[in-house]
Amino acid sequence: MIVYYLCLVMFMLGIYCLIAKKNIVRKIIGIVIIEYATNLFLVFIGYKHNGIAPIITPEMQDNIPAFAAQSVDPLPQALVLTSIVIGLGTLCLMVALAIRLNEKYRTFDTTEISSLKG
Amino acid sequence: MLNLIPLFVAVPMGLAFFTLITSKFSKRTSDVFTFLGVSFLAYLAVRLITAGNLDYMVGGWKWPLGIQLHVDKLTVILLLIINVVAFLATLYALSYMERYTAKPKFYALLLLMIAGMNGVVLAGDLFNLYVFLEIASLASYALVGFGVESEELEASFKYLILGGVASSMILLGIAIVYANTGSLNMADIAQFLSTHGERSSIYFVYALFLMGFGLKSAMVPFHAWLPDAHPSAPAPISAMLSGVLIKALGIYAIARIFFGMFGVNEMLGWIMLLLGTLSMVVGVLLALGQYDIKRQLAYHSISQMGYVMTGLGVGALAGSPEVAALGIAGGLFHAINHATFKTSLFLCAGAIEYSTGTRDMRKLGGLYKRMPFTSTATSVASLSIAGIPPFNGFWSKLMIVIALFQAKLYVYAAITVFVSFVTLLSFIKLQKFCVFGELKPEMKSVKEVPVSMVIALVVLALLCLGLGLGFPFIEGFLLDAASGLKELLVFNI
Repeated sequence: MIVYYLCLVMFMLGIYCLIAKKNIVRKIIGIVIIEYATNLFLVFIGYKHNGIAPIITPEMQDNIPAFAAQSVDPLPQALVLTSIVIGLGTLCLMVALAIRLNEKYRTFDTTEISSLKG
Repeated sequence: MLNLIPLFVAVPMGLAFFTLITSKFSKRTSDVFTFLGVSFLAYLAVRLITAGNLDYMVGGWKWPLGIQLHVDKLTVILLLIINVVAFLATLYALSYMERYTAKPKFYALLLLMIAGMNGVVLAGDLFNLYVFLEIASLASYALVGFGVESEELEASFKYLILGGVASSMILLGIAIVYANTGSLNMADIAQFLSTHGERSSIYFVYALFLMGFGLKSAMVPFHAWLPDAHPSAPAPISAMLSGVLIKALGIYAIARIFFGMFGVNEMLGWIMLLLGTLSMVVGVLLALGQYDIKRQLAYHSISQMGYVMTGLGVGALAGSPEVAALGIAGGLFHAINHATFKTSLFLCAGAIEYSTGTRDMRKLGGLYKRMPFTSTATSVASLSIAGIPPFNGFWSKLMIVIALFQAKLYVYAAITVFVSFVTLLSFIKLQKFCVFGELKPEMKSVKEVPVSMVIALVVLALLCLGLGLGFPFIEGFLLDAASGLKELLVFNI
């Protein structure tokens, strides 16, 4: 049970990083930590102690219930793969924007990047 | 009709990549293909009105294992809004986007956004909803920063950071739902939760989803990104973002998940009502002080989304089914109306900027002499949003107020009427500064915008009037959709 709570702690750390840090690159790292905490949580949902890979071999064919009880849940792993790919897309866009912002403002400090107000 | 449903996602997504490739060889192909694509989608959406409830299983897998695309009346309403607005925005963009470089890239991102929104609305399971939501969001982050000026990049980054947190919260919520129920299919989860009773961890999911989707729909206090992001995008995209995106990703998802999947209770009803009322009041008060046309319109989007949320809140709270249906129908109708008049207003703001080169109201004036079509469209849309009969905004606001009265929530009804009055005030200011008044000497040479932009504006103005006058004909459809929304999702083939 404790690992689930640790995942949430990591999620909170990411949000803290996002709020407290003024540097754009650190904010990006904060978002990435949040995403990884979520992905880790997803993986843990499918985890089973001493579980086996969810692939049916010929000798397991006649005892499906035992196989189902023993194998790990494959669905969260498929979800995590998708969510990692989405995370990569987000990260690329964030870094591209950060580079462009640095070209325009000559800084990574968010307190100086503030032409939008009100 | 059933076999055409996947086309809502497949056509724009395929075209997005196809136009980008063909634009290497010929310049005009991306214009032609995008326009044909969105016209086809709008036609499909109109045809879907009479189709009834449909469920399409992708790949022929048995329910609840495969990917399910679900169509009911709520979906049809959203698909209509998305695809008709996308059609008009593309028509407008044909001329408007000439000023920008990289037009094919713009079309590719626009089509991806349409594909994402159609996917969110059609998705019958939570994870596909999340994936399509991310596609639409990523495309919209890139589109907000499309001008690559310093302000646009800043707005895009702000939107991206906040949107990224919201998406992670939604995914965490989905993970907890899966851990509790062992399913991702919405109808399956609804069945599981209604037979197995309440679980305490579901309350945590309520909080995560309300934060995540609340941020996507820009409810106060999650609204900080909207007034920066929506004005920074090119005008057709501002119109798409304000007119459609916040509804498809925010309001629709809240309605579908809380009404259809979890089933609403009194606590959720109060939360929705309070969020809605707060957004209404704060949005409209912040809008009053703005002199940038697009920024003012963006604040009004927050306020008008508050109306929709209030309608849904009454629907969740009201004891009698008739009052609940009236509240939800009012909210849904207001969502449709907001799509017409806010799109129209943002396109008008874009047209004014296109011709005069400024969005500052204090520098404008007397435009009705120089830009008759744009001015008329602005006036019609302003009267609609302020709730003046016989335009469409009046009917939806009236439905929400009557539902609030019948549910004995008198204070909220009074606030709703008051906000409507302040909205009128705010739009009188817009009219006075831009459309009427003295024509400034430097505005003497201003000309009306190109034909394709005028057509989009005229069609939207006619829709504002038509939906208002034709209200008695669509009332039955709306009430049907509302009472359908009140029930839990079931699988039907």
